[in-house]
Amino acid sequence: MSVSVEVRDLSITFGEGATAVKVLPGVSFSVQPGECFGLVGESGSGKSTVLRCMSMLTDFWKGDVLINGRSVRDMPLIERCRTLQMVFQDPYGSLHPRQSVRTVLNEPLVIHKLGDREERMRRAITDVGLPVSFLDRFPHQLSGGQRQRVAIARALILEPSLLLLDEPTSALDVSVQAEILNLLQRLREERGFTYIMVTHDLAVVDHMCDRFAVMLRGEVTEILPRDAIDKNRATHPYARQLIAASLEYEGAA
Amino acid sequence: MSAAVETHTLPGWLNALKNILLFLLRSPTSAFGLAVLAVLILCALFAPLIATHDPYVQALGNTLKPPGNGHLFGTDELGRDIFSRLVYGARITLTIIFLVSIIVGPVGLLIGASAGYLGGKFDTVLMRITDIFLSFPSLILSLAFVAALGPSLNNAIIAIALTSWPPIARLARAEAMTFRKADYIAAARLQGASPLRIIVKSIMPMCLPSVLIRLTLNMATVILTAAGLGFLGLGAQPPLPEWGAMIATGRRYMLDNWWLVTFPGLAILTVSLSFNLLGDGLRDALDPKQMNKR
Repeated sequence: MSVSVEVRDLSITFGEGATAVKVLPGVSFSVQPGECFGLVGESGSGKSTVLRCMSMLTDFWKGDVLINGRSVRDMPLIERCRTLQMVFQDPYGSLHPRQSVRTVLNEPLVIHKLGDREERMRRAITDVGLPVSFLDRFPHQLSGGQRQRVAIARALILEPSLLLLDEPTSALDVSVQAEILNLLQRLREERGFTYIMVTHDLAVVDHMCDRFAVMLRGEVTEILPRDAIDKNRATHPYARQLIAASLEYEGAA
Repeated sequence: MSAAVETHTLPGWLNALKNILLFLLRSPTSAFGLAVLAVLILCALFAPLIATHDPYVQALGNTLKPPGNGHLFGTDELGRDIFSRLVYGARITLTIIFLVSIIVGPVGLLIGASAGYLGGKFDTVLMRITDIFLSFPSLILSLAFVAALGPSLNNAIIAIALTSWPPIARLARAEAMTFRKADYIAAARLQGASPLRIIVKSIMPMCLPSVLIRLTLNMATVILTAAGLGFLGLGAQPPLPEWGAMIATGRRYMLDNWWLVTFPGLAILTVSLSFNLLGDGLRDALDPKQMNKR
């Protein structure tokens, strides 16, 4: 069920006329089935925008996003939802404060008219390492890490094949970060998900991703394999600088 | 987050209701509001038991008697017992409040939440309509409606409802606009939820607390508008014991017979004050930060 992803000349402009801002001038990359692909870069470099475009949360972009050769634009809504899901950065903002975990997980099942709801919910919640009793909790009764697990369970419940991860660990404590990353790693091994992961932490890339793209001002400067980090084998000056800075920081810490 | 382990003996909403009530009782002002509301409801429910006289029976030999002598609050110009009329008037007041709230709440919430969430032209059109309604003083607009529809209690209720939904819609819209970009709404969209579903299931519950508070605070205005319409002879018609209408008829005898207007006036004052206090208390009780404690 692994899918390949191909992004071709993805471009988007916000605003009109003189105040128009071209956020993405033309992004292209491709992701192999079952791969974890990282998008790194400084704040405002358009990493998250790429994900929002791919998931059609923002829909006025130009170019092509192909999943297994099919354009996400041509996919009917229901099919698109069951192909790709997204995990957001801030687990404190991505769960509805007045919905219990059960409601959060049940809603997609109702929308997609899936049966065995109780069974599916139990499976999703145990898959992310939470006890079934957590189904009746509300977000404010959960810790940040537990919330993010619930958010992952929500993404998993429709059994997508592509997960878009928008800095899934940056709002969490370091120890919890590792838990969530290991959870994502395990799920990928078990289910063969394709991941596209936005982060600005190269250590996360090193831990998770097979390849990663370095973005600068909306453009992909260079696509590198994971082992390029260690020896800093980047060729583009910005990518080199970014990796060097990160290595230095980690050396210092 | 000490409340993490909650007892689930009661259904969720009932439990929440219990917590809100307990919270309200903790502060003296909102407890007062709640108590007056309870008295009002009891009066309305058991009016025949509480009232000492029939509110409609005239006793022309016994007119304009001061308080005392078997008439707690005295008698009016037709010899009717004012206390009994006040007690029966609670029914009318409650009916007005209940019907107006039940019309205004959902209408305002739906219009506001959809305008705020959908935005664009939809928002512009709905908000301009709201603006038009808002630009009239509510009593004047109700007057116009009642004048057009004919004076009666039901028409007064319709008129008051027509004039009191815009502030609610405005409020719900403002709330909805702060939530529409939230990640949990994006997540709902990614799950394939239709806009209607998002509005009803995700946006409305978030707007509900402030709308409820506003509705409660609004009830005081509703009572006053109803009394005002009654006073002008455009609301409840005689011989219905509506408080505003009672003041209107009592006005002629006001200088010599103070009890004719004082007691209905006090009733209106107490009830609108208590709704204001209750609304104030609800604002604290439904505050999301307070929510976290339960």
